[in-house]
Amino acid sequence: MPIHDQGYRRYTGRRVQGRGWWVIARTGVRERLRERRFLALLLLAWAPFMVRALQIWVSTSFNQLSFLAPGPDTFRQFLDQQSLFLVFVTLYAGSGLIASDRRANALQVYLSKPLTRLEYVAGKLLVLVIFLLAASWLPAMALLALQMVLAGSPDFVRDNPFLVPAITLFCVIEALVSSLTMLALSSLSRSRRFVAIMYVGVVFFAAAVYQVLRSITGSTAWAWLSLEDVFDALSTAIFRVSDDAVLSWPVALIAIVVLAAASMFILDRRVRAVDVVT
Amino acid sequence: MTPAFANGFGEAGSVVTIEHVSVRYGPRPALQDVSAVLPAGAVGLLGPNGAGKSTLIKSLLGFIAPDQGDMRVLGLDVRHAPLEIRRRVGYMPESDAHIPGMNAVTFVAYCGELAGLPRADAMQRAHEVLHYVGLGEARYRNVETYSTGMKQRIKLAQALVHDPDLLLLDEPTNGMDPKGRDEMVALIRDIAHERGLNVLVSSHLLPDVDETCDHVLVLAKGRVATQGPIAGLKGHGRRVFEVRVKGDTDRFAAALQSAGLDCHDTNEDVMRVLVPEGRGSRELFQVAAQHGVQVRHLRASVATLEDVFVDAIGAP
Repeated sequence: MPIHDQGYRRYTGRRVQGRGWWVIARTGVRERLRERRFLALLLLAWAPFMVRALQIWVSTSFNQLSFLAPGPDTFRQFLDQQSLFLVFVTLYAGSGLIASDRRANALQVYLSKPLTRLEYVAGKLLVLVIFLLAASWLPAMALLALQMVLAGSPDFVRDNPFLVPAITLFCVIEALVSSLTMLALSSLSRSRRFVAIMYVGVVFFAAAVYQVLRSITGSTAWAWLSLEDVFDALSTAIFRVSDDAVLSWPVALIAIVVLAAASMFILDRRVRAVDVVT
Repeated sequence: MTPAFANGFGEAGSVVTIEHVSVRYGPRPALQDVSAVLPAGAVGLLGPNGAGKSTLIKSLLGFIAPDQGDMRVLGLDVRHAPLEIRRRVGYMPESDAHIPGMNAVTFVAYCGELAGLPRADAMQRAHEVLHYVGLGEARYRNVETYSTGMKQRIKLAQALVHDPDLLLLDEPTNGMDPKGRDEMVALIRDIAHERGLNVLVSSHLLPDVDETCDHVLVLAKGRVATQGPIAGLKGHGRRVFEVRVKGDTDRFAAALQSAGLDCHDTNEDVMRVLVPEGRGSRELFQVAAQHGVQVRHLRASVATLEDVFVDAIGAP
């Protein structure tokens, strides 16, 4: 080939197999982090961390205020507080994950590459899971680390050995279920705004329906409709705190398994290179 | 230049082998018992809208599972090795398709990575292919701001970035202006004849296929109407005459058809009449005389792909 020829040339380098999901996840995270508004949202999601950090500093620095010292329930409450921020992060980072691809016919680009539908969904799922964990698990673990540093000993973690696994387990379940639900909704439409509205419906409207049913029937039997109460029941069980949840944890577990299964069913039906209308 | 083909080819150097493939969309058949062997080089997939061209391409990629039949691409069974096939095939879809929010070079490099190229190599290849398809100057622009012609080029670039052994191009000149269309055709010709890639060009535009391909597979109503080397099909023992007449041309055309002489209109007021081997122009005059039509102009012509197409499926 002459040196002036800048035309097409064959590729003789190496090729890597089976890491398409990671390419999708990495690129998705990178693209989202370029948006200042999203970065601001992530920073805002760390605001409760600052408050809790102050609480821990005060409790370890002033003996008169030792009643503010954190216990295992502090971390559960912290994660409960984070739930609202997780909804906003899910709405912002998740609503367009598949909807935008559907709008731009990108699915046939993705699936014409050596990439399975499962890898595509896994990559997209990972984008959202990473952000949700960055707004829940990461600050919770940072709080735990801060507590040890300010207390000057690891006694707190040693006395509560279940805390790290509990935080991790709850955050992973919450992130996975929220992400799967959002991905399923995102695959149903080409408009990310409409997807966001649907997600708000799933989270807030279903909870409102439950509250109406509870006020009419006086029973909490419909609590499984409320995602907030479902996560509350799970966190109560995982963190081994007093049983103040309106829902038993097995019912909550069944509710999220059903929600996850329904989401996967929808994704299986909707994530295809070709929509065949018969 | 003969393409330097990679290994894994099917029988006798064929790139695609299709055996008795049928695809149905609900009750509607899209492909019916299609069998074909597509050789290495540039092959055109011709047919009117709805003939089953896109369905065939999507079946070759494994997007659509045939109801029956077998397909092999580059010697690989579509049913059992779809990922390996997609690793070695580049696909340019018919409709606009891109990853939202990306500029061209990021998009093409991303596609390269998805196809298995290491990140640095994918980025280098993205720059190269964008220059090659004529988007070098616009490669940092968001794809969503591109014109229709540029979107066609970026689709070609993403199909080329991982250096496939076979390119599947679905209506590559769709929506392009004449200049852009000429450039796209020149690109496809270069890819197929100078760069060593096998190309399957699906189009309903005869000139696109005529100018880029050596072989053709013509589909009509989901069936194979004809297939073979274009040069061979053009000189398939028939003679072609350009005829201009004065009188009732519709009646004259119908009379020619009933006399076993295929004919079709061109854009001008000239009819092209296909005369089977062993018969001559005298029959034309006889039919004209019988129907009171004056033949004002008659000239022997060279068979075109349009004649092949018309002969295979009837007037377009």
